[in-house]
Amino acid sequence: MAFSRARQSYEGVVLAVPVTVPYQRYSIETAHWWMGKALRALAEGAGISHRDFDGFSVSSFTMGPDVAVGLTQHFGLSPRHIDHVPMGGAAGIVSLRRAARAVQAGDADIVACVAADTNQVDTFRKTLANFSRFAQDASYPYGAGGPNASFALIARHYMDRYGATREDFGKLCVAQRDNALRNPYALMKKPLTLEQYMSARAIAEPFHLFDCVMPCAGAEAFLVMREETAVSLGLPFVRLLSAIERHNAFAEDPVQVRGGWVVDRDELYGMAGAAPGDVDFVQTYDDYAVISMMQFEDLGFCAKGEGPDFVRQHTFTVDGSFPHNTSGGQLSVGQAGAAGGHLGLTEAMRQLLGTAEGRQVEDAKLGLVSGFGMINYDRGLASAAAILARAS
Amino acid sequence: MTEPLLKPKRKNPLARTTQPLLPPSARSRKAHGLTLAAATGRFMLQCCGECGRYTYPAREACPNCLSPELAFKDAPTGGSLLSETRIEVTSDPYFREHMPWRTGLVQLDCGPIAVVHLHGDCGEPGSRLTLSLQLDRAGQAVFFAKSVSEVPHMEDDPQWREMTADPKHRRVLITDGRSPLALPLAQVLKKAGAARIFVGVTDRWKPFDEQASLEAIEGIELVDLDLTSERSVQDLAMDIGAKVEILINTADHVRPARLFDAGAANAVREAMDHTVMGLMRLAQAFGPVMRSRGADGAAGAVAWVNVLSVHGLSNAPQFGVHSAAHAACLSLSQWLRTELKPGGIRVINAFAGPLDTEWFQTVPPPKVAPKAVADAVLDGLKRGLEDIYVGDVAKDIEARLFDNPKAVEREAGQ
Repeated sequence: MAFSRARQSYEGVVLAVPVTVPYQRYSIETAHWWMGKALRALAEGAGISHRDFDGFSVSSFTMGPDVAVGLTQHFGLSPRHIDHVPMGGAAGIVSLRRAARAVQAGDADIVACVAADTNQVDTFRKTLANFSRFAQDASYPYGAGGPNASFALIARHYMDRYGATREDFGKLCVAQRDNALRNPYALMKKPLTLEQYMSARAIAEPFHLFDCVMPCAGAEAFLVMREETAVSLGLPFVRLLSAIERHNAFAEDPVQVRGGWVVDRDELYGMAGAAPGDVDFVQTYDDYAVISMMQFEDLGFCAKGEGPDFVRQHTFTVDGSFPHNTSGGQLSVGQAGAAGGHLGLTEAMRQLLGTAEGRQVEDAKLGLVSGFGMINYDRGLASAAAILARAS
Repeated sequence: MTEPLLKPKRKNPLARTTQPLLPPSARSRKAHGLTLAAATGRFMLQCCGECGRYTYPAREACPNCLSPELAFKDAPTGGSLLSETRIEVTSDPYFREHMPWRTGLVQLDCGPIAVVHLHGDCGEPGSRLTLSLQLDRAGQAVFFAKSVSEVPHMEDDPQWREMTADPKHRRVLITDGRSPLALPLAQVLKKAGAARIFVGVTDRWKPFDEQASLEAIEGIELVDLDLTSERSVQDLAMDIGAKVEILINTADHVRPARLFDAGAANAVREAMDHTVMGLMRLAQAFGPVMRSRGADGAAGAVAWVNVLSVHGLSNAPQFGVHSAAHAACLSLSQWLRTELKPGGIRVINAFAGPLDTEWFQTVPPPKVAPKAVADAVLDGLKRGLEDIYVGDVAKDIEARLFDNPKAVEREAGQ
């Protein structure tokens, strides 16, 4: 549009204190319990009181009936910037973007971005049954397969159109499991072979067991602040170079074959002064391997339709030719509800801070994190991405 | 080709009866525009009154022009399959018992994309499909897609059986054998594969015209049933209640009376006793057991049909008593529908104009042949409808009521 102008730089915005509250398959606690653990870990990591967080951004599917402002009383916070980002897999980057602008503008000094969800025994079914109006009206009553069934339709179409095979998806899943075995936080502790992947029981064709994430309870969190704040607190940090988000892009595509990244990726790389080939690792939103493949295409690592070939030509482990989802991703760490959208960010921070221990990508300077979420009806609506850089 | 549904084996009397469950039934208020269409077997979607585009799922504003004028309008039923899946795992208890379940993504010819239930005979992505709106076991509207051409036994598809009340291999009770509707109903149901047909008859010792023809139908059984007697209805329910999968209430009592006639109240009381109270007695005796058998195998209890007068929707003074009685029956049937819902039993109302029988002798044509009512009821069962309008008079009144109910009232009896 004629009246749009170039967006302002994120210069001076940094992220610090990546926090993961170790996941549990099922929890008897509420989302609030997990948020409390995350906030405490943030405060301890920063060496300050949680009351010093003057910004609070929260993402959760299971915090109802509370809203963000109610949580301030719950946790004894008194922020001047507050946000609730109910955007599932895009929530991490959207929280980060908003927090970044708040600290740049001086509306806040330190924003705690927290994503937490519990998983009680019937939580997942209830979340699916009440996910959205369109889902209630027009997708859930059709077999109640949840995201597995919805993404199965997208995956089958992608396979038909671009020639992807189950083996291609399997290669990504197997590599992520390999990465997860080096991550103490990952719920999946056993190695996975391609044979096991291929012969697993069907869930919703073409998806079988290892194509699907495991719902669990957990929390991810990080702090957003200005560089000088981090320096004065003596905190190691990573820089935010660029970030994009886009919602309901390409509504005219009959079946989803791309996400909103395509619209804004030139700005993403432009603001970061980088090209796809410059990044040292990529954390995609991997609710399904087919969506990771779509992100490789839409974020410019290969052309549309070349995702399957790209997968065949690369290796995706920490020491591979294209280090990808180095934590093991949601497929192998677990999907702690909305925290799944923050997992890529905390992992990227650790890689760039050099604290990723056994899964450290060698000399990682630049990382790309991508988010995707909210299958409101027949497709994921929200897409987002950010490029982070090592402090120096 | 669909595997033909075999006659269910005799049930082990010691085996527990599977309890009925319902598919997810939460819907927005707007989405009930689809329910309205599905109830009568129409295919309607929201269509923007300003830009003319069809839209789905149900919205409050057109995504193309933001107009709030989004009335439901008849739409073409064709579409193309874009993608499909077979769901094997779900956390929903109803679908869990029906796995695997086939669904697809369809590009409708009128524009929108719909997630649909897919008939087993639909081909691969790219195939042409015919869509319909169906009421599922929760009574909520859903899209169902079938192949364009007929395939043998396609009515036996297990997913389609959940959307319908097909009488094949099911046992039926027709409540009033003396009704002119009984014989044609029994004939069409037999032909459609009903396993057994019970026909209730009052005062069995009194002969009636169609008795011999009824008894000649194989698998039919005349049973004692007097709808004006609570005892009689209860006795029959004790005897066969757990064997009735489809109940068709044909009870009627047509007697002319003028409102200001002395003794009109007696005529009303008698008509009410036969019709409204008769339905009430049936509901109390047969409702609970039918509701409990909604998931009792591939041919479990499935439908309750009331044959009602279309004048129950708006009073026809020349049949004032009859109209009033059927208006009360309609209200009672709505209540019954709510009570039977947990069992997934659909309550179908077939509204007919005056029948071509002795009690409507003085009414000018067009009148409805009893066979036409029987055919319409069978069609409604096989398609899973909820409201059926039989004959030209009923269709005329339906359309006029939709258009302007006050005009129907003012013109009645003229």
